[in-house]
Amino acid sequence: MSEVREVISSGNDLAARAAVDAGCKFFAGYPLTPSSEVMHTVSDLLPAIGGTAIQMEDEIAGVAAAIGAGMSGVRSLTATSGPGMSLKAENLGLAQMAEVPVVVVNVMRGGPSTGLPTRVAQGDVAQAKNPSHGDYKSITLCAGTLAECYTETVRAFNLADRFMQPVIVLLDETLGHMHGKAMLPTVEDVKAGIVPRKTFDGPAEEYKPYGVAQDEPAVLNPMFTGYRYNFTGLHHDADGFPTEEIETCRKLIDRLFAKVDEHKDEIELNEEYMLDDADILIIGYGSASLAIKEAVNELRAAGIKAGLFRPITLWPSPEERLYELGQKFDKVLSVELNQGQYLEEIQRCMGRRDIQKLVKTNGRPFSPSDIIEKVKEVF
Amino acid sequence: MAFNYDEYLRTNKMPTLWCWGCGDGVILKAFVRAIDKLGIKKDDLCVVSGIGCSGRFGSYIDANTVHTTHGRTIAFATGIKLANPDKTVVCVAGDGDALAIGGNHTIHGCRRNIDLTLILINNFIYGLTNSQTSPTTPQGFWTVSQKVGNIDPTFNGCALAEAAGASFVAREKVTEPKKLEKVIREAIAHKGFSFVEALSNCHINLGRKNKMANAMENLDWIDSITMPKKKWEALPDEEKENYLPTGILKQDTEAREYCDSYKMVQDAHQGKRGKITQDDFKKKI
Repeated sequence: MSEVREVISSGNDLAARAAVDAGCKFFAGYPLTPSSEVMHTVSDLLPAIGGTAIQMEDEIAGVAAAIGAGMSGVRSLTATSGPGMSLKAENLGLAQMAEVPVVVVNVMRGGPSTGLPTRVAQGDVAQAKNPSHGDYKSITLCAGTLAECYTETVRAFNLADRFMQPVIVLLDETLGHMHGKAMLPTVEDVKAGIVPRKTFDGPAEEYKPYGVAQDEPAVLNPMFTGYRYNFTGLHHDADGFPTEEIETCRKLIDRLFAKVDEHKDEIELNEEYMLDDADILIIGYGSASLAIKEAVNELRAAGIKAGLFRPITLWPSPEERLYELGQKFDKVLSVELNQGQYLEEIQRCMGRRDIQKLVKTNGRPFSPSDIIEKVKEVF
Repeated sequence: MAFNYDEYLRTNKMPTLWCWGCGDGVILKAFVRAIDKLGIKKDDLCVVSGIGCSGRFGSYIDANTVHTTHGRTIAFATGIKLANPDKTVVCVAGDGDALAIGGNHTIHGCRRNIDLTLILINNFIYGLTNSQTSPTTPQGFWTVSQKVGNIDPTFNGCALAEAAGASFVAREKVTEPKKLEKVIREAIAHKGFSFVEALSNCHINLGRKNKMANAMENLDWIDSITMPKKKWEALPDEEKENYLPTGILKQDTEAREYCDSYKMVQDAHQGKRGKITQDDFKKKI
């Protein structure tokens, strides 16, 4: 087993430290509760290692500058919460279209609109699937523990460079502001695990940044290295130059899907807790899963065999595993701090509509007793 | 020997999408000559543009080129520049791009005085989308969104840039290609935020319903509303607002550039200097 280290910190701070340990050299963002501590930490850490952290004039500029740095070839981060995600959406679409890696940490709070700035919610899960207009395939990871605020941010950077697209890391107010002990991989292990983006090192005249296999991402060399090409949010050809040619347009969008769909095994990550002998399946993610685990323990102590399935990669969703679990369990309960945004995906994957739901949208976290009561009530 | 533009252009992506007689080509050529005279290597140059006719400017240049979203040119360029402070980053935006939807980024790029050059191509109209009012469309002009005449007051981009803190501000026009080349050259050579307003014609979408449907009429109109800065300064105050001065309007070589300022932050965090205080800056509030 790899070595671990014990750290006492908060979720936001851990996400920031993970970025720096994963090789991030650039941050641009805008203050937004409850995510601001991510910016506070990187503002200390990045300049100390020769990197850059800048507070921009607005959320849009924050993501734009981060994507700009990503285009130039450096690992780049921005952090925000729901209102900021809404503003960043259009430029995230550009990063999907032009295939620019960037990591976006969204520390979720109550919404819609200004909502509950200092309170928890999981209301941005549906948005994370398609923050921008148009057709593309998002990758969204969701931390469920303090340690995962770190490890999922590290994973996000590696996935962003592997698939050449934005990767969203969902935290929430509870995790972001939770202070406690986390067991983390060593910085050496994180650095050893960095998988940088692919580059082309042949002659420049043969370089086709977007001329790649139909299930692969663009190969975008860093700027200023002798491979001069064009980024655009328009449909584009193998050179990155705008085109409306019918086949080229079709293949481009098909490829944005295929590059993720054909390699889901590299992205999917779930946790299964006490599921093997369970009679009742509870599905939840993020900070809600902390209460669910506690509830599972207490239910089992009372003789009720419950178990937890927790997707850590929310998008693309674990379709096959959810289908299998839907076949295996009669009793299924979905628990979310929203009105059932992921429940719709669970229903789709399981092909079932008889899934019980426990939802909460008053800005307060679940307590284990909420879940225990619900289980006793419906099953 | 004639200047070889092809050396700097992606000729295989031409003809451009610009209309016949459009001034944007004059600006493109002036830009290319400026880059050549400055001796900037194509590999060391990044051209960032937004949306509109001007948005295609970069894609014809054989450099590192980025076509971004509407209005966000300077924000993207800020990220590219800060991550690569030794490279030349030039922004190209239209009047709608830089003064309407992206106005905030223009203001804050100027305020930071980051070493970017913004070439703001002002053709006084939304050209690509067929004649909607822009922040520089003169009052009383026909636009497709104000067919009885535009009532919106105009924006003076150069005055905005000066007030917001750009350390180099200039205005030129496509009827003076050599002067245009010179101000673009000086703008790029200047360290700090350089704002160049390049007045261009759009006889198709500005001119056709405003009695200047051919390029020459539109260009004559541009000449009629501009005069060199010195001549403009000699005008009585009440006449000044009817003309736009051309030439270099501001050049402050003392103002601290943002990448240099950020180096202070890095040095402070690396223990190479103490904390940054008010004594590090001339301006106290």
